[in-house]
Amino acid sequence: MSKKKSAEEYHKTFAFHFFRWLSGGKDPYLGNVEMRPQKEYEADPEMLLRQEKEHDAILDKVYDTKHNALLKLFHSLYEITSILFCLFLMALLLVTISYLPATGAADKPVNNEVAGRYIEKGLEETGAVNIVAGMILDYRAFDTLGESHVLFVATITVLILLRLDKNKKGEVNPLTKEMNPNDRIYEPKNDAILQLVATFLVPIIIIFGIYIILNGHLGPGGGFSGGAVIGAGLILYLNAFGFQKTERFFTEKTYKWICFFSLSFYCLAKSYSFYTGANHLHSIIPNGTPGAILSGGLILPLNIAVGLVVACTMYAFYAMFRKGGF
Amino acid sequence: MGPNLLVNYGEAVAAILFCIGFTNLLLQTNLIKKIIGLNIMDSAIYLFLAEKGYIAGRAAPIVTNGVTSVEAYINPIPSGLVLTGIVVSVSVSALMLSLTIRLYLRYHTLNLDEIAAQLKKEGR
Repeated sequence: MSKKKSAEEYHKTFAFHFFRWLSGGKDPYLGNVEMRPQKEYEADPEMLLRQEKEHDAILDKVYDTKHNALLKLFHSLYEITSILFCLFLMALLLVTISYLPATGAADKPVNNEVAGRYIEKGLEETGAVNIVAGMILDYRAFDTLGESHVLFVATITVLILLRLDKNKKGEVNPLTKEMNPNDRIYEPKNDAILQLVATFLVPIIIIFGIYIILNGHLGPGGGFSGGAVIGAGLILYLNAFGFQKTERFFTEKTYKWICFFSLSFYCLAKSYSFYTGANHLHSIIPNGTPGAILSGGLILPLNIAVGLVVACTMYAFYAMFRKGGF
Repeated sequence: MGPNLLVNYGEAVAAILFCIGFTNLLLQTNLIKKIIGLNIMDSAIYLFLAEKGYIAGRAAPIVTNGVTSVEAYINPIPSGLVLTGIVVSVSVSALMLSLTIRLYLRYHTLNLDEIAAQLKKEGR
């Protein structure tokens, strides 16, 4: 049972003072120490200017790379060392090469049973007349999938680095502002010779690229080379007729969807073939008669997917370096 | 010195090209020229791989007339590796060139030494 105290009585107790001190409710210096508010610091503008000038002068003196004896010495030493290192590396490589087996010999250790297996069974197992196409799109399809993804990721990174950033109000990001007067002003405007040549050449180049892609399993060629040819045709068309014409059929959205569908088709098709192959199931995809255009199992559709990705990537690289976007 | 230096002249050229590219990479201060040096090194590697796959007197690995014996064709594996190399080299070149563009926009020079000096001057 505690006794009830009045407020006046309580204010005299030790507990009241202690807890007031503990919670910071009382400033012990207030009224005991003379205090004056601090004056705000006002810098002399002349002195500031002088300090800045001195700082710049010191920096200029310290980083005066053209009249620095130590830096010159370092540069000459660096050049001599790097030339000596490269000569040493060249000598080392040449000595190593002189001990390698002779070029063109059939019994080199490189020509082992792996290559032999690809040649002997490649036609039977993949249905592709072109052994290299059968190798990269069937036996080593994971590798090619990785390559397509490398291209895709590189395009995305270049897009991040080079695109003209605009926020929702349409203002250009200050970091990329200097890119804004873009290369469009240097474009050849309606060059008659270029347009005439392009009118003849572009269809031929693109049809040739399609031929290379579709014949990838029958002869030299395939998705990568054919895609590069088609990309070159698109770039020629762009140079002749300008961005207004190409933007009608090829924009960032087109690129995104083509790459997305090609890469996911590749993934799904190869997953199916790896799944059936690993579990010794019967694959429903026929190999066809070797030499026919519809043969080689999955190799033809995979070549088409890879070719689409490569063609779009080539065009996208060019467009992004020209004007920072599609 | 081994016995095969003159027979392997293609591989020797590849090694020399590689070293030329590497020297370029070390000595040039211009960023674009450095990238060109790296591309020369890439090409040297392709030449080396192509030389490794070659077998004298044999055809390219495309089945003709239904002949599927090992004795008829060259080694197909280095050809596939060169393909991989070319694709990666294209991607890396594009990436480096775009980074160079960003550096140029920031420092208004392609000289690596001047960029480093400006960086130091700014106190970073």
